Amino acid sequence: MKPSAGPRVRHRAIILTMAAVALCALLFSSLVGSVNLPLGELPSALADIILGKVSGMSATLLDLRLGRACAAFVTGAALALAGVMMQALLRNPLADPYVLGLSSGAAVGALAALLAGAALWVVDLGALGGAIGISLLLYLLARRDLGGKLRRDVAGDSGTLLLTGVILASACMALVTLMLSVAPESRLRGMVFWMIGDLSGASWRPLPWIALAGALLFAWRRARALNVMALHADAAATLGVDVAALRRSLFICSGLLTASAVSTAGSIGFVGLIVPHACRYAFGPDHRVLLPVSALAGGAFLVLADTLARTVLAPQQLPVGVLTSLVGVPVFLFQLHQLRVRPA
Amino acid sequence: MIEAAALTLRAGQRTLVEKLSWRAAAGECWCVIGRNGAGKSTLLRTLAGVRAADGGGVTLAGRALAAWPLPALARERAFLAQARSDAFAYRVIDTVLMARHPYHADRYWEGSDDHLAAQDALRALDVLELAQRDVRSLSGGERQRVAIAALLAQDTPLLLLDEPANALDLAHQVSVMRLLARLCRERRKAVVMVCHDLNLAHGVATHALLLMGEGAWQAGAVDEVMRPAILGRCLGHPIDTVAHGTRTIFIATES
Repeated sequence: MKPSAGPRVRHRAIILTMAAVALCALLFSSLVGSVNLPLGELPSALADIILGKVSGMSATLLDLRLGRACAAFVTGAALALAGVMMQALLRNPLADPYVLGLSSGAAVGALAALLAGAALWVVDLGALGGAIGISLLLYLLARRDLGGKLRRDVAGDSGTLLLTGVILASACMALVTLMLSVAPESRLRGMVFWMIGDLSGASWRPLPWIALAGALLFAWRRARALNVMALHADAAATLGVDVAALRRSLFICSGLLTASAVSTAGSIGFVGLIVPHACRYAFGPDHRVLLPVSALAGGAFLVLADTLARTVLAPQQLPVGVLTSLVGVPVFLFQLHQLRVRPA
Repeated sequence: MIEAAALTLRAGQRTLVEKLSWRAAAGECWCVIGRNGAGKSTLLRTLAGVRAADGGGVTLAGRALAAWPLPALARERAFLAQARSDAFAYRVIDTVLMARHPYHADRYWEGSDDHLAAQDALRALDVLELAQRDVRSLSGGERQRVAIAALLAQDTPLLLLDEPANALDLAHQVSVMRLLARLCRERRKAVVMVCHDLNLAHGVATHALLLMGEGAWQAGAVDEVMRPAILGRCLGHPIDTVAHGTRTIFIATES
């Protein structure tokens, strides 16, 4: 038996394949739309954009579409990565980035800004502020779960953290409902769209990419330790993993990713739950593969969903959050069913 | 190897262990005996360094547990917890490979040496054919053996086991105990385990630590402390012995 080379090569191949799929998704999204862009014009248009002279028809189209596709990619990647991290942190495969109420906090901030009729960047800032505010509150309230008085006093219990998050989320949702019920008719539509998750206003911004790169670097460094912790919190401590520190960094990392995602595109549902799940079923629970592959798959999935959202009823644009749910749920259920009928 | 100095353990208002002064050396196999809730698991967790002492301290190789860096400590002692909850569908081989984590946190993938260590450990516990199975699909006894295999793969001088014979069938109870005894004898490892089966314990242990309740304790070589009168007081039920060939069999007396 040749034990070592096989799985490693296979895992690398999986990651590379998924990267290729993600690139194809970006390419497809740039070419397709109400006016199709021929593949042949792509290189020259791309060169125009890079040189900074966006004047021709192709270059303008590509600039718009690629900007939006990149925003979709980084949002999807961040959500899927945050989902994997949250599931490992809570040791619960049903967790998603929103389970601790970060998106609800973001919704309160963003909707308050929308209600006040603020500019778009204030709305983004409000979402970011809401998400960070709720994270800080959560951190203060559930300090015990994330740290512990003794450095190695682990217990591996996430009960307080999860419950506190769920309670805070419902408090935020009450505020959201309150704002929706007092909002004037003219602003209601924008507020509802924000809550469903919408990429139509999104464009190229560097900040989410920095957050994603930072989180991927962290994931790459700690993937092994994450495996150990996901398997068993107690065993992780006796295997030399500083569980408390790892949990804290996971919390901060997934919180930042979620905050950056919701401030880009509102709260898009299901990506953070379904993509990690699908990847785990397809490629196994090893975080060394799961983390990069989920990020790539989440990005590709949201790019394709957004392409559909702007083409399927063109010129009308659907909020992408509707499509991620409409596409994601049946695919997920089908996969789940397949897995249950096929013996392990 | 490991030494407790004036170690005191409490659970709420209750004192479990009072001023325990005890040490286990390489090559010794200790069995911790006591009633339910006497503090056996608490003691083991404290010795493993996953729980703080409520008084006194534990030193490993002359160095306080808290002063050890976690990865170095993980190369010195392995700990088998009483129960496992598997949230994710890891394969059996993955769970055993993870026990190699303290040896190379800097590597991204395991090397072939880790695979060999993991396979040897699985073979020793008679679970090699389960290597590709999902851990969540195993029976209780199989899962227990896989967990013990992970402990072996961690390859530490000190092994702390909380009820290793739990859920095992008779044949595997005997073979696991033999394996532990052999590790002590031939590879000079130190074993500290919690065991409820006096006969099983008596067969392998060289020493016993009895938690008598209300903080009292008694430690010593098996012949000195595993006596019917002392065990009867420790476990709260009169105990008798029967000679069977060269073996001593403990039985609970009919009242």
